[in-house]
Amino acid sequence: MDVTLASSAQSVTLNGVEVAFTKRGSGAPLLLLTSEDGNETNSDFVDALVARYEVIMPEAPGFGASPDNDRITTIDDIAYLYLDLLDRMKLRDVAMVGCGLGGWIAAEIATKTCQHLRSLTLIGSYGIKIGGPYDRDIADIYVLSKGEVAKRTYADAAKAPDYAQMDEASLQIIARNRLATVRYCWEPYMHNPKLKDRLHRISVPTVVFWGDNDGIVTPDYGRALAAAIPGAQFDLVAAAGHLPHLERTDETLAKLSKFLSL
Amino acid sequence: MEVWHFTEMPYPDVPANGPRAVTLGSGVFDPEIGRQLYQRYFDEYMLADELGFNVMLNEHHATAGCINVAGPLSCAILARQTKNARILLLGNPIANRSDPLRVAEEMAMIDCISGGRLEVGFVRGVTNELFPSNTNPSLTYERLWDGIDLVLKAWTTHDGPFNYEGRFWHYRNANVWPRPYQQPHPPVWITGGANVENVKEVARRGYKFAAFLQPFEAVKKLFDAYRDTCAEEGLPEAGPDRFAYMPFVFTAETEKEAMVGADHLMWYIGGKSEPQFSNPTGYSTIQAVMAGLRGQSASRTAFLRQGGAPLMREKGALIVGTPDSVYNQVVEFAEKVGGLGNLLVMQQGGGMPHEDTKRSMTLFGREVLPRLKKLYTNKQARAAE
Repeated sequence: MDVTLASSAQSVTLNGVEVAFTKRGSGAPLLLLTSEDGNETNSDFVDALVARYEVIMPEAPGFGASPDNDRITTIDDIAYLYLDLLDRMKLRDVAMVGCGLGGWIAAEIATKTCQHLRSLTLIGSYGIKIGGPYDRDIADIYVLSKGEVAKRTYADAAKAPDYAQMDEASLQIIARNRLATVRYCWEPYMHNPKLKDRLHRISVPTVVFWGDNDGIVTPDYGRALAAAIPGAQFDLVAAAGHLPHLERTDETLAKLSKFLSL
Repeated sequence: MEVWHFTEMPYPDVPANGPRAVTLGSGVFDPEIGRQLYQRYFDEYMLADELGFNVMLNEHHATAGCINVAGPLSCAILARQTKNARILLLGNPIANRSDPLRVAEEMAMIDCISGGRLEVGFVRGVTNELFPSNTNPSLTYERLWDGIDLVLKAWTTHDGPFNYEGRFWHYRNANVWPRPYQQPHPPVWITGGANVENVKEVARRGYKFAAFLQPFEAVKKLFDAYRDTCAEEGLPEAGPDRFAYMPFVFTAETEKEAMVGADHLMWYIGGKSEPQFSNPTGYSTIQAVMAGLRGQSASRTAFLRQGGAPLMREKGALIVGTPDSVYNQVVEFAEKVGGLGNLLVMQQGGGMPHEDTKRSMTLFGREVLPRLKKLYTNKQARAAE
């Protein structure tokens, strides 16, 4: 399937796996792992970060412009792949920022090694289970109606992207991201049963930002996530849902800048 | 032509406007009504056997549309109780089963009990089925074919345990008893919708291919893809026995009675399915995902359902009328699709009462079935009438 790379896009082959990425801006390195739909691309949030950091945004196999790869089938696989990427780019003191699904990947990376990292920021991220077998810790986006998912994702429904109006090429990217997400995240649903038990290994300053109206993963979920990471701070973004960095960009940027400059 | 009686075993006594599947709780199921329904549906299958039909069953989960939740159980009942009918399970939802070797065992056991009358279908499963079974939508094709290959290996391995460590299942001592009655194994059937690549694979393996409730143009396309694959790959020509189609069928003395039957059968169409259940991400193509994002339907057959009974009749998916009329409609359909060796007749649907079903089946059985059995009886063009 032909997918056009953005003008600032590049591609690298890591152990036989092709990974597309963009690298924009200059300054201290910031690895941004995007949310499931990938709407961070072409966002004010990323543009603001690009003004102050060298922002690297990789796309895992199946997402964006990265081809599918039979050998990469789990979030754990992606974590190792991105460690390969960090090694290949010879990056150190990286501020890693993960949003939603990207946050789950970031947490997996950080539990394996923090050797490349300066700090970890998780925004509305998935990855762990906090309740018992009969508890639904994470809203099932595959079972809820489109309207219900939108209500839980955005505090203000008007902020939801209008996919009916989107151009063909951009919509195709979103569709690829949706296909990749379901492939990686269906079962166990949006989490790794082992991850919670490994979070104690994270050894860099960590902040967890959460939209106070996140109906996909609740603020309580976020608090439990933060509580499991040594020394992690937890901070709510007001009037925001599951994607506070996109819905309340200025507020989130203010909090993030404060954390990153510490 | 082989003709196979079918009912999906619906539980029609549910609120008319709500969901019928996936999320409808079992609180609306009255076990006594359920008991009566199971008994009458099996009575109808017994009648089918007496009338000279073969029998076909399927399997669905978490739905009022079908209380036959375990096809192997129903086939086992019929294996013991019927005398002549071939018994087709179409199909085992192998992509959604967690234990393909269990499927191999069930089928082999039924085949033995029946004395070699079983025909085994394997299906990917419709979209609704993903949710009760928790199957990853994007892995259904892989699970379907890996599962089929494993079942075939199990049926045809007779010298003791083999090892299997595959993508989805691990067995280190795979050793299936009993052997199937039919050797090397029962005939295999696969169903298909629009995926031509899938049809090609079915053709390569020489399995029977079945289409359901689609317009004749679409069915011809699928059957032609099968035939073309045989021609292109140097395989023996595919005879009519490889092809199957399921329309709704109701036979009556008058056109008016026939339309009452049609109404009951059309209950099947009426079930409203929410988009997240009818077009789940990963089950179909990227185009289907994009259609879903845009809020459009991705259904190939939506137009048929919206067109109602008249359109379905025109396209061959609803075959109702007097015996002569029904016969002619079947022949016309068979000709339009280039030959048809298996007619799967859904003769019961919705709230169609037992008496109406029996009457229709008996009329078809006595006045249509003997004539159809003379058609498409061999691999050449249909026998002259």
